[in-house]
Amino acid sequence: MNAKKYPLRLHVNGETYELEVKPQRTLLEVLRNELELTGTNEGCATGDCGACTVLLDGVPVTSCLVFALDAHERQITTIEGLGTTEALHPLQRAFVERGAIQCGYCTPGLIMSAYALLQQNPQPTEAEVRHFIAGNLCRCTGYTKVVEAVLAAAEVSEQ
Amino acid sequence: MKPFEYYAPETLEAAVEIMARYEEGVYPVAGGTDLIPKMRYGQIQPKVVVNLKRIPGLAEIVPQDDGSLKIGALATLTQVASSPKVRERYLMVAQIAGKMASVPVRNLATVGGNLCNAAPSADLAPPLIALDAEAVIFGPQGERRVPLEAFFTGPGQTVLGRGELLTAVVVPPPDPQARGTYIKHAHREALDIAIVGVAAWVRFEEGGSVCEDAHIVLGAVAPTPIRAREAEAAIRGAPLTEERIAEAGRLAAEAARPIDDVRGSAWYRREMVAVLTRRALFSVTISQ
Repeated sequence: MNAKKYPLRLHVNGETYELEVKPQRTLLEVLRNELELTGTNEGCATGDCGACTVLLDGVPVTSCLVFALDAHERQITTIEGLGTTEALHPLQRAFVERGAIQCGYCTPGLIMSAYALLQQNPQPTEAEVRHFIAGNLCRCTGYTKVVEAVLAAAEVSEQ
Repeated sequence: MKPFEYYAPETLEAAVEIMARYEEGVYPVAGGTDLIPKMRYGQIQPKVVVNLKRIPGLAEIVPQDDGSLKIGALATLTQVASSPKVRERYLMVAQIAGKMASVPVRNLATVGGNLCNAAPSADLAPPLIALDAEAVIFGPQGERRVPLEAFFTGPGQTVLGRGELLTAVVVPPPDPQARGTYIKHAHREALDIAIVGVAAWVRFEEGGSVCEDAHIVLGAVAPTPIRAREAEAAIRGAPLTEERIAEAGRLAAEAARPIDDVRGSAWYRREMVAVLTRRALFSVTISQ
């Protein structure tokens, strides 16, 4: 078996990175280990939990199910691309204010999913929110406050 | 995961040439949503992975001159679910595509992947078989087509030979006299695998309730998706009455060859085939 590395150019949160990676590396592993963007979490590593959700060319994907090489020359947005500690994104603020975060492990993935939803549907109904985030598992909140936070953030961005 | 050789060819011919070089250990990757978990669990260990996503055109959904619709193997579930071309012609296909897995997985997972992984529970198979779809296969000898029903040969097994790739499915022109529905029975609405899936497609006599033709396809209850042909015969050529629908349900259950597994027992699956077949037939009758 060769352990050959392949060239990879990633555009993440507006920055371009030139890398060399082994072919079996997932996008999630490269984001966390090579780029040290550790906001994106690994949960199940098989696409069931959504903790690793990032935007790939504008749509949410589970980054554990994407070979890093498949993201060559594509646009990626991670949680680090939304807000900063000093200036939270309205979704991040809503999650904090509404108590939609507890242990916080699923939060980056949930916020990326919610962000994608609000981009394509700025005023979703509660049912639309629940369906859209069905791929993001949270074992703490019971989802009620998460849904409230997404709807609150949608209201804020409307104003 | 173990290392492998990686190729991202930009033409179908190049992909087939690479695939055909190896007798085993070579895997095409489209969405990756089945391949990567299987690699992670150690169920497969590819020596070579061929990424098909750089090949132009494979993800397109294109109406054909004869009125049929060609759905590219690399079309994602999200594309299929939201495509007006699919929604207007084959609503049951668009509807199930929009309910499989979850949003981030549907943005990756492809039609071709769902079919080529050949899980007996693959949700796209029963509705597409019920619609008489054909699999378009490209390989070292060029293109060939097989009825989708004949594409599956066992769990995880298809007719694809060395170097061959599924490039599209072609669905015949929609029949204005026909109604179809697919019922997926699962514990959860999202991120779940069918315990039983039943697709029913019925063509009614113009202006009447007589069933001219019927296709009933069962998923997750045999080594491959199967047509319940005796059930189909039992309702063909007569009005779809409650008695005939009940008889079709009974015959469909007889056609099933289910297994016990973590999602349901064989006994339960067989019972549910009867229930869901009846439900599907009532549903197409009422929407008539």
